[in-house]
Amino acid sequence: MAKRSAPEVNAGSMADIAFLLLIFFLVTTTIETDSGISRKLPPIEENKEDPPPLKEKNIFIVLVNANEEIFVDHHIVKENPMKLEDLRAKAVEFLDNGGGTGDEACNYCQGTGDQESSDNPVKAVISLQNDRLTEYGTYIAVQNELVAAYNQLRNREAQRLYQVDFTEMEKAFKDPNYTGDKDKLKEKIEKIKDMYPQKLSEAEPKK
Amino acid sequence: MSKFKKNKGGGTPGISTASLPDIVFMLLFFFMVVTVMRDTSLKVKNILPFADQVEKLEKKDLVMYIYAGKPSPRYQDQYGTEARVQLNDNYAKISDIQQFIYQERQSKREELVKYLITALKVDKETNMGLVSDIKQELRKAEALKINYTTKQGDASLNLE
Repeated sequence: MAKRSAPEVNAGSMADIAFLLLIFFLVTTTIETDSGISRKLPPIEENKEDPPPLKEKNIFIVLVNANEEIFVDHHIVKENPMKLEDLRAKAVEFLDNGGGTGDEACNYCQGTGDQESSDNPVKAVISLQNDRLTEYGTYIAVQNELVAAYNQLRNREAQRLYQVDFTEMEKAFKDPNYTGDKDKLKEKIEKIKDMYPQKLSEAEPKK
Repeated sequence: MSKFKKNKGGGTPGISTASLPDIVFMLLFFFMVVTVMRDTSLKVKNILPFADQVEKLEKKDLVMYIYAGKPSPRYQDQYGTEARVQLNDNYAKISDIQQFIYQERQSKREELVKYLITALKVDKETNMGLVSDIKQELRKAEALKINYTTKQGDASLNLE
């Protein structure tokens, strides 16, 4: 007996079905952005004690005003308003200065050791201030540059001590598939963080 | 010989569309993999600023989203063009933020509450005044871990 061939299924409408599904997914889904600059807000203190006095030379005040101009109030900065591109270099110069002596000396800093600038990265504070009318985009740009300054210094020290970038270490630490010793990695990260703590304060805007 | 002459008629042969479903399926799978389902419909303009020193948010279920920006064009007749806050699917007042945080906390398991992060998805043309108000409310609600959600890119693009 001759084999009866199965009737062929018409696949002509397959494309239509697939298009329908495709359009459904295009409409109902979005490409999510899930990365950003992480920050920690300072808690509200109930009883306002005077904060411990900071030496003026250890504070690097960055002000972004309503006209999107960046002013930096610190001895090492001569020209104002400042360009965004120069901000990172100046912040690095300030943080890495290491002008302290004795207890406050910084043995890993590579700065000039200017007496008028910060004593030690542990003491150095960057204060970011803004007006109420400052645009958010500009604020983020400045914030980004300041974080970049910290990351640059941390990367440098991590390279020197462990021959690996700090940002790479952090990425590895968050990666659930990381195979190495996580506790050791955490220790290393903490050490670098202690060397260059991110003291970036976001003040409330002036009214 | 006539066997081979059968189809040699006039006219151009039609293009085979047999592989069209394959191509469309490929596109479909691409979109299924790289996108996620929308959980809120945005009612505000939300063009995020750029930054390159970014960290990735890991656990999606532990993120609370706060959106802010000018109302989308179709809501502008009703709500004007002043930048507003959006929580979940609706516009909200600044003072609603605390309540929102508490609600989100309640919906999570207790031991996970301390890992909650607030992601601020703010349009880049928003004034910092609004953002500061949001931050102030978050401080009051003790939701101190925040993340300014940004697109990957050079920060100087924000100034244009």
